Amino acid sequence: MSRDPSKLLYAETHEWADLVTDADQSVATIGISAFAIEQLNDLVFMDLPPIGKVLTAGEEFGEVESVKAVSPLYSPVSGEVVEVHSELPESLDKLNDDPYDFGWIIKVKLSGNDGREKLMDQSTYEKQCAEAG
Amino acid sequence: MNASLSSTPLDAWHRAAGAKMVPFAGYEMPIEYSSIVAEHKACRTAAAVFDVSHMGRLKFEGDGSEDLLDHLLTRRVTDMPLGRVRYGLICDESGGVLDDVLVSNLETPSQKRFHLLVVNASNRQKIIDWITPRMSDFPTVTMTDRTELTAMIAVQGPRAMDVCKRLFKFDPTRLKYYHATITDQFRKPVIISRTGYTGEDGFELIVRAEEAKRVWENVLLTGRDEGFAAAGLGARDTLRLEAAMPLYGHELDETIDPISAGLSFACDMDECSFIGSDAIAKIKSTGPSKVRIGLLLGGKRPARDGCPVLTMAGEPAGVVTSGGPSITLGHPIAMAYVDAKHASLSSFQIDIRGKLVEAAQTPLPFYKRASK
Repeated sequence: MSRDPSKLLYAETHEWADLVTDADQSVATIGISAFAIEQLNDLVFMDLPPIGKVLTAGEEFGEVESVKAVSPLYSPVSGEVVEVHSELPESLDKLNDDPYDFGWIIKVKLSGNDGREKLMDQSTYEKQCAEAG
Repeated sequence: MNASLSSTPLDAWHRAAGAKMVPFAGYEMPIEYSSIVAEHKACRTAAAVFDVSHMGRLKFEGDGSEDLLDHLLTRRVTDMPLGRVRYGLICDESGGVLDDVLVSNLETPSQKRFHLLVVNASNRQKIIDWITPRMSDFPTVTMTDRTELTAMIAVQGPRAMDVCKRLFKFDPTRLKYYHATITDQFRKPVIISRTGYTGEDGFELIVRAEEAKRVWENVLLTGRDEGFAAAGLGARDTLRLEAAMPLYGHELDETIDPISAGLSFACDMDECSFIGSDAIAKIKSTGPSKVRIGLLLGGKRPARDGCPVLTMAGEPAGVVTSGGPSITLGHPIAMAYVDAKHASLSSFQIDIRGKLVEAAQTPLPFYKRASK
């Protein structure tokens, strides 16, 4: 499976969300964008939340640290953490090459007002990055 | 481009090379070209080439220059032979560190003697303002700020000396550590100094601003097949941290004295005649209230400047002043000040944003190059 970055939703804070709805539930897979990884560069540490943690959209769920600085990770959606990519902190170098497939960080089971209406599509997100960069 | 910031004579080169530029001490400086890790490793294995033109360069000429500097610096300057470089501090009357500096005793090709003071970029104006009123007792001395007229390039790494030995009229391998001379390249003067801020052997060059690009490119070209790399302030910081060299604003500031900082070697106390010497002598005799130590952290999460340091029992002990991953050692390291009464403890805890991480005290420096 290969995730298509043009089909993802993006937060202002550079996380992406892949929303999949099955018969009974919606789950968002969350990662950080190629642009953010490129900006951070030389990653050395990542802190992940425990399974079961309940997040509100915009809430910090972990942190990623490069040689020079720490950056908080914010959840783009509201819901409960149902899976964490526990291999990722040991393989941060792979995140550079594969931010959208290997680079998934957590999966969140969406609940209530899940916050997706505040997310951007890829072209809007890229415009934001171009202005910042 | 930010109009309120200065740029170095190598600014266009950095941008063309794709460097990430950041504001630092009033200058736009390259923080990295492609990767801090790669630049750090280049320095430890071959050589890294740094633009350090933001550092302040003050020239002292005229009779009594060495007496003025002797009065200002914690090191003796009057007994420095020609060609000698010394690391010293400029302190206030209470022994607080205003800056850490290198002083060199040099002679121009026309045999005019002068002293060169290299100061931190962030402290340049403060030091000029500190020295200026104190020059009235030394009326034959003039101080000239040469920073804007020159560029400064550091070439650091195990291959730096050998690879660059033919670049200048004077073979730099003939310089002893902490010695400097004036030579030339293509008949333009170059100050070459066997000093640095990375823990590696190497040299620092001061050239006229208009010669900077030519010298810079020449060094990189000469070292191209040897693995030389241009390196930014990011790698400069990770390298100096491994070498446990203090950084002003972190390990040094006006509230810290040289004894607490572990810089007794940089204080020549015999005559006690420099500004701050009485206060420093007193601290030396009673012992400092806090001490700079090195810490090795468990896990992968680096501690950063400002993280509290606790004893294993949870008692506040001090604060981290610099921390990050050690690229050479593969785990996080930190320098911290701890209260003198805790200074001999072998283990501490560091509070990293609410999470306690265990850290073992280790002698400084964290990294020492193999002796040849």
